Amino acid sequence: MLQIKNLHATIDGNQIINGLNLEVKPGEIHAIMGPNGSGKSSLASVLAGREEFEVTDGTVTYKGMDLLDMDPEIRAREGVFLAFQYPVEIPGVSNISFLKTALDEIREHRKQEPLSARDFLNRTREMQKLVQFDSALTNRSLNEGFSGGEKKRNEIFQMAMLDPSLAILDETDSGLDIDALRIVADGVNKLHTPEKAFIIITHYQRLLEYIVPDFVHVLSGGKIVRSGDKSLALELEEKGYDWLREEIATS
Amino acid sequence: MLAQIDVDFRTQIINDYQGVSECKICDKPEYLARIREVAFNFFQKNGFPTQKNEEWKYTPVKPYINEPFDIDKDKSQTFDPSQANYFGQHLPGYKIVLINGKLSVEHSQIPDAALCTIQPVMDVLRKPEVQERLTKSRNYRNNPFLAMNTALFTRGVFIHIPKNTQVDKPIHLIHYEVGEGKQFNISKNIIISESGSEAEIIESYYHDYNDAVSFRNSSTEILVEPNAVLDHIKLQKSDHNLRMVEHTEVEQKEDSLYNNYTFTLPGMRFVRNNLNIELDGSNIESHMYGLYLTNEDQLVDNHTLVNHKEPNCESNQLYKGILTDKSRAVFNGKVYVHSIAQKTNAFQQNNNILFSDNATIYTKPQLEIFADDVKCSHGSTIGQLDDEALFYLRARGLSKTDAQSLLVNAFAFDVTEKLRDEEIKAMLNEEIDQVMSGVIS
Repeated sequence: MLQIKNLHATIDGNQIINGLNLEVKPGEIHAIMGPNGSGKSSLASVLAGREEFEVTDGTVTYKGMDLLDMDPEIRAREGVFLAFQYPVEIPGVSNISFLKTALDEIREHRKQEPLSARDFLNRTREMQKLVQFDSALTNRSLNEGFSGGEKKRNEIFQMAMLDPSLAILDETDSGLDIDALRIVADGVNKLHTPEKAFIIITHYQRLLEYIVPDFVHVLSGGKIVRSGDKSLALELEEKGYDWLREEIATS
Repeated sequence: MLAQIDVDFRTQIINDYQGVSECKICDKPEYLARIREVAFNFFQKNGFPTQKNEEWKYTPVKPYINEPFDIDKDKSQTFDPSQANYFGQHLPGYKIVLINGKLSVEHSQIPDAALCTIQPVMDVLRKPEVQERLTKSRNYRNNPFLAMNTALFTRGVFIHIPKNTQVDKPIHLIHYEVGEGKQFNISKNIIISESGSEAEIIESYYHDYNDAVSFRNSSTEILVEPNAVLDHIKLQKSDHNLRMVEHTEVEQKEDSLYNNYTFTLPGMRFVRNNLNIELDGSNIESHMYGLYLTNEDQLVDNHTLVNHKEPNCESNQLYKGILTDKSRAVFNGKVYVHSIAQKTNAFQQNNNILFSDNATIYTKPQLEIFADDVKCSHGSTIGQLDDEALFYLRARGLSKTDAQSLLVNAFAFDVTEKLRDEEIKAMLNEEIDQVMSGVIS
């Protein structure tokens, strides 16, 4: 589904992704961990198409297409979803009408009929329940005055509504208490199908207790320095990132 | 009555004044001659404002009056308003036709006399309530156009809403500014909402794009008596060749509510709105909402002055601007809270989005508070569309233009949602959509 080869990217002239390789197949859950400043969120931004990042080398192929050649909205319509680390508050834009517009765009791109008002409403109810998102929030302005946890839950709710093939969760667990974390993880597990892939970016192992990854990658200095299964996350939790740095330095 | 440019125009006006004072008002009440003389002497001495005047610092008027104008020349005999389309035409209401400031009874739908009285102002000068409005002391230093207006007006409309009356439909004033040549129109309007009454006044503007330049100098004196409610909506959209200064003085008595909505859309090359509100009683509410959406070389200036003279009142100002091309806008808001006006709530906010590197906004929100138990705030912002918000919307599948127009509408929505008149709200939202889709794509 996604092949990243030798990816290099800069922001404001600073090299932030530095020869990164990653392959994600349908149905897989990849966790990307790493210390602060290792390039985790930058990777998410590059994949979603944030314009401040400049790709200087390498390729990203998504479903056989050149992902880097697409505008952010085309990526979204092709099924790439980024759950933001810091979801933006947009006063005056209603959560639900924005979602309807987004879903219409995506369905049109996929040559699907737009959902009828009734089907849309039913889907909204179903997904709200699935991610335990308060229906009162659905009708408010987008993220305006939401608590940190509500914003993150709204990201998962949007993900559920838009039905992406590849979801990238950028530190969705940061700032969540244990209950909210469990709800978010629960939502992801329910949405996970053999066709959908997830990239879960996280600083801590905690989230991975609830979402079991197929692969764990450690990012450092803008590239993957170690890959393994879920036991790698536990090892990191125990020994800290310094352990890896030392190991890399001596190898 | 032909006038030459600027200084010459002034000289011409001075000569004209002799005419107005000597013959036209010989059958008019004595007080009128008195106020005209004061206003005229001021205008004779000071003329049109220059940028040395603090209230006109960013608003050079010279380019807009630099024309040989006719003053109040009549074309109302030949002009047929039924063929002229204006913004707000489809809105339901009593259509009151004012041609160059002059009430055309023939073309108007005057409401039943039990609901409200509408007459030419020159016919009611001897009414005590008219005299009271006209003899209020006004600050000509800050408002030289008002001095000119008071000295020379021979037109305008008087609207009187009787006690405890609810006018069933909006009173829709349509200002047709038409002339054979370059036209300078001066009108003085008076609106009195008696106690317990409720009314909505809408103002629209018409100028034929084939016609030469018209300059509209209008002043409106409003009294809102105890417990009265008055909604006042200005739909300022017309042709490039129309320029105007509209001066509005509002006096509110206790427990009254006055809502002013001023929408200025692309079109008129120069618009200056003065909105002065006196809160002369307790438990008064005043709301002032403004939205200016400017393009090309437009200059739109909103000056507000709110005077809290009694305790327990609330005033609220929200002005928003979206500027494109090389347009300019000015917002200058002043709120005074007198020392006895305790428990005052006064808010003032001005937000602007610049859509072009060549657009300019001057904004100055000011508070002067002499009471110690009040809640007051003021602020202004100038910015572009939020890139983070744009990216967020695009990352959910919205195109760049859709995302931009969604954000612009959300920005403007803050103001339009305050309208209680749903039809005007829908009309404006559609208009904003249409204007911005041209700018964005």
